[in-house]
Amino acid sequence: MEEQQLDRILLGAGGGGKLMHELIEKYFVPAFDLGQMMDSAILNIKPGKLAFTTDSFVVSPLFFAGGDIGSLAVNGTVNDLSVSGAEPLYLSAAFIIEEGFLLSDLATIVESMSKAAAKANVKVVTGDTKVVGRGKADRIFINTTGIGLLPDGVESSPLKIDTSDVIIVSGEIGNHGACIMSGRNGLSFTPPLLTDTRPLNGLIKEMLTCSKNIHFMRDPTRGGIATALKEAALASNKCIVIKEHLLPIADQVRGLCDLLGLDPLYIANEGILIAIVDRKDADKLLETMKKHPYGGNSAIIGEVMSSPQGMVIVETALGGKRVVEMQTHDQLPRIC
Amino acid sequence: MLRLERFKNIMSDLVKLIHDTAPSKAIKLMEVCGTHTVSIFRHGIKALLPKQISLISGPGCPVCVTSVNDIDAAIALSKMPEVILVTFGDMMHVPGSNRMSLHKARAYGARSEVVYSPRDALQIASDNSNSKVVFFATGFETTSPLIAATIEEAIERGVNNFYVYSAHKLVPPALRALLSSPDVKIDGFILPGHVSAIIGKAPYEFIASEFTKPGVITGFNSDEILMGIYMLLVQIAANDAQIQIQYSKVVRPEGNPKAVSMIEKYFDVCDAYWRGIGAIPSSGLNLKEKYSHFDAKKIFQIDVKSDTADSTACMCGDVLRGIKTPPECALFGKGCKPENPVGACMVSAEGSCAAYYRYGGATVG
Repeated sequence: MEEQQLDRILLGAGGGGKLMHELIEKYFVPAFDLGQMMDSAILNIKPGKLAFTTDSFVVSPLFFAGGDIGSLAVNGTVNDLSVSGAEPLYLSAAFIIEEGFLLSDLATIVESMSKAAAKANVKVVTGDTKVVGRGKADRIFINTTGIGLLPDGVESSPLKIDTSDVIIVSGEIGNHGACIMSGRNGLSFTPPLLTDTRPLNGLIKEMLTCSKNIHFMRDPTRGGIATALKEAALASNKCIVIKEHLLPIADQVRGLCDLLGLDPLYIANEGILIAIVDRKDADKLLETMKKHPYGGNSAIIGEVMSSPQGMVIVETALGGKRVVEMQTHDQLPRIC
Repeated sequence: MLRLERFKNIMSDLVKLIHDTAPSKAIKLMEVCGTHTVSIFRHGIKALLPKQISLISGPGCPVCVTSVNDIDAAIALSKMPEVILVTFGDMMHVPGSNRMSLHKARAYGARSEVVYSPRDALQIASDNSNSKVVFFATGFETTSPLIAATIEEAIERGVNNFYVYSAHKLVPPALRALLSSPDVKIDGFILPGHVSAIIGKAPYEFIASEFTKPGVITGFNSDEILMGIYMLLVQIAANDAQIQIQYSKVVRPEGNPKAVSMIEKYFDVCDAYWRGIGAIPSSGLNLKEKYSHFDAKKIFQIDVKSDTADSTACMCGDVLRGIKTPPECALFGKGCKPENPVGACMVSAEGSCAAYYRYGGATVG
């Protein structure tokens, strides 16, 4: 009788033996740049400052409109390096997979990581796989760690933020978080709402070429732009003032926020950046950003003031003002 | 940009009308609903009003008014090995006795899940046939028809491991209790839009006829709230007291009779304990005897203590009745913060204290 072809990952595939070897050979070697598969990847890097970051991805659902946990895991770490001003070069990819996970889903995720790495022009050079028993993890967790090279003279630091600097956002806010929430709750939109996950290193490279006066950059992921701006205000001891009507927000995100009682300022993003720049360069930088495929919806959204220190203030369309704080828990939809 | 300019011009005209119509004496308007509270903060509306108009927040956040007793019961249920407790998100963080919450209990092994809709709870029951799924049902007239519809669906689908713990509350009896309290002084009510979409206008008529106070059922956008306030001021200026509907795009005078009939089909009105306020007669909903096989209060032997007063230092009660503003509470922002709340008003995003804390209390000059 013919043996049934297994379509799920076995606990033994994390045991370091033949099953694991087969898994790596079949799924990871074709997708990544693992070289001779030594215990360490040996990298040739020019002398200079290195940027080094790590991030873990535990998203649910694993697959969503416009992306999946794989593309997210590559782009997230690429963007963490990029907003530090670094040019991302190499990534590691470590997988914790639950016993019984569909191999077809693993293949989709790995292929997605491979494509995202190619798009971002980075190499995945080392990795790790662990398999845990059924019920011991939520299907699959991915950690990516990244190394990038910091060009001379580039420094993104909240300490450089100065009074009268201008705040620029590179795209619509809240798309990723809204997409995930709608995916979890079976809400659909016409036109569909897609995640914004994408690598920002190409856009940032052009920005750094255009202006030497970008003081601070941040990719506002969890906690949204409210949290990122609040962190910048606290670290710089300055006041950030945002004009609500200048914020680029997709109609679908506005609709979802109205429906569930959420604030778009706090919704996660995965493919936009906030830049705080010297006012004299703001217009030419915005023009450069708008020309880039990932910066078409860029907008100046506010400015830096000297006081009240450490605060983020939103000027509403009505001319009222409100203070923005960091969120404490994930936003949850209202119940009335 | 042209649309924005036009909007700003219209709003500026409306704000001017409000200033022209406002009486010279100080007045208090209560926004009953938590969604209004948040919207008022988010749009910076207080800063646009004349100084003599105070907006005070009422008891219209279902999370905030859920009693410690009910929270303790939900935590006890979530600790039962055979139970998966399911509820709406904000309920996870509401403190029960000793500041324990469903969220904290989960870290110690209790099972609870957050859903966006009661129907999701039914799906969890279908997916976990070996467990008993208890929906911890909180909310006002907006959510109780959904719970009723979910029970109806459970009957149709033959789901027999789904139960409901009803902590539902009714808005009009709470307003009656407020108006009957000698220390509460309110000159007009911004009435909730979503609740009114269900119950209509009639249940509020006593506010005007018995207590001679105006009320306006109001929407949640900045222009709708300003319009609601203006409509109240026109009534106050004319010494009039009526219940009016500003939110006519959603609310019909008769409400939604089908939704009301669903509530009446599955629930009986009962007395209820409101956190911070106390017992209010005929202000809650319990499942009818006919549906007692769905009633978690009857099915599970939970050791329920009688309701006790909340933390003595916590002023949620006075905040919920509009007697005090959150910053007047000694615990506000010190011992009581959203990350570790003492009172329920600091838990829900729509609680008065959380809204004050998150949006900086008042406006920025």
